[in-house]
Amino acid sequence: MTAETVTAEAAVADAHRREWAFVLAATVRVTRDLDLAEECVQDAYAKALEKWPADGVPAAPGAWLTTVARNRALDLVRRDATLRRRLPLLVVDALGGEDPFTDGPEDPFWAGAPDDRLRLIFTCCHPALAIEAQVALTLRLICGLTTAEVARAFLVGEATMAARITRAKKKISTAGIPYRVPSAGELPARTRAVLEVVHLMFTTGHTAPAGERLLRGDLIDRALDLTRMLNCLLGTDPEVTGLLALILLTDARRGSRLDAEGRLVLLADQDRTRWDHDAIAEGRALVEDALRRSSHRLRRRPGRFSLMAAIAAVHTGETTDWHELLGLYDLLLETWPSPVVALNRAVALSFTDGPGPALDALTPLLSDPRLASYGYLSATRADLLRRLGRLPEARDAYEEALLLTENQPERAFLAERLEAL
Amino acid sequence: MSQYLILIYDDEAAWDSADERSSADMLEGHYAFGARHEKDVVGANALQPTATATSVRPDGSGGFTITDGPFVETKEALGGYYLVEAPDLDAAIAMARQIPVFSGGLEIRPILVHTTTAGTGGGNRP
Repeated sequence: MTAETVTAEAAVADAHRREWAFVLAATVRVTRDLDLAEECVQDAYAKALEKWPADGVPAAPGAWLTTVARNRALDLVRRDATLRRRLPLLVVDALGGEDPFTDGPEDPFWAGAPDDRLRLIFTCCHPALAIEAQVALTLRLICGLTTAEVARAFLVGEATMAARITRAKKKISTAGIPYRVPSAGELPARTRAVLEVVHLMFTTGHTAPAGERLLRGDLIDRALDLTRMLNCLLGTDPEVTGLLALILLTDARRGSRLDAEGRLVLLADQDRTRWDHDAIAEGRALVEDALRRSSHRLRRRPGRFSLMAAIAAVHTGETTDWHELLGLYDLLLETWPSPVVALNRAVALSFTDGPGPALDALTPLLSDPRLASYGYLSATRADLLRRLGRLPEARDAYEEALLLTENQPERAFLAERLEAL
Repeated sequence: MSQYLILIYDDEAAWDSADERSSADMLEGHYAFGARHEKDVVGANALQPTATATSVRPDGSGGFTITDGPFVETKEALGGYYLVEAPDLDAAIAMARQIPVFSGGLEIRPILVHTTTAGTGGGNRP
């Protein structure tokens, strides 16, 4: 393989990761059909693999790919005009009067292109789609993962995932989910829905729901890339900045969460020199910015992700200030009254007031159906009972936690704790 | 433009036990919705309660079984509908939000446009 081929292939891979959403979003506006647009974009990347080794990597790879994909789309659309009349097409607003059928490549359509990525994101993360479908579509269409990769990320079969994606695309066109950035009035609520999807993508990567690996770095990296992009496009919303900070601060500990033997290391015992201190510095600056901007909004309190990021920031301190954490959890519980937050608050309480009061705080959660199969509730209860010396009860709780956890490193940790009782 | 059927599901018991004031408010809400969307509403009706419903099912041997009651028994029953025209689902959702309900909710279904008569179907977008 020649050096030119190696360079070109690396450039195509890089453009795949950085420009996929940009190229696809600009092409969807021509095809008004997601499948056809995907096909054209895949063709454009294949053409890049063929041309770039000989012709050199273009100065603006994204622009090159977009032009090739759009031209291919225009060809197909013109050829199949009669067939297309029978398809339900995506509802696309006219953008500044631009007509993709008549504008030549010299037209400054680039000016509207960042918006196109947002259109694609808001279409993929429309609340009329099931949340699993929103995540799958986002990974497929925004991050450019193959269906097989999306299937692996969520531990389902490829056929199941393909069916899920097809069903979601069909609903978008048939139900008329528009290819559009929501109006100013709807934007905050719809932005929350997008952040929800990216956060779910991140948490699925941070602690894999099952399997041999504690985490899935590929999913975390995609979620981080996506949040950085959102922060560029929607950064005026402090919650977007808050989520970016949360991901950076949480993932900064990636290198220290397992020891050399692959065993889980608790936060308090982690080797802090192995934390990513650049990510921590960036995350801390972002969380301060998010909190400051939230408080500037009249009658507005910091949102859920900004508060979660503030909590993650406290955890990256030299020592952990549990009183500050308890205060932040109280604020978060008011903003986001979730039983999972109440559980985490109880952990903080166990370090300020002791395991007894924390155990009392868990009591109402034990009958909450939303936590009925939540392994961390049993694991937390087990730890509190262990600290209180109530060993037979702790044993039962550890056994229950083991039944509810399918992540192997977490299971090994719980089994070790159970053994040591 | 597409057509959507907005189905109204509500608790019939809430209708039955509603006092005069809240029944009047509910009707007022429907009149206001109809007036605001006069151009978009293609058709609308309220249904008699499910106690008046009759279900008809093929019995598998060429005949039919007739039974008293709705096809599916649910706490929130289909009580009425609006057939509306809207440019997209977001617009249909925005309309549905303005339809008054007691404790139930609304279901939005896009109307199927038959493609066998391409070019003549009213709902086909260019």
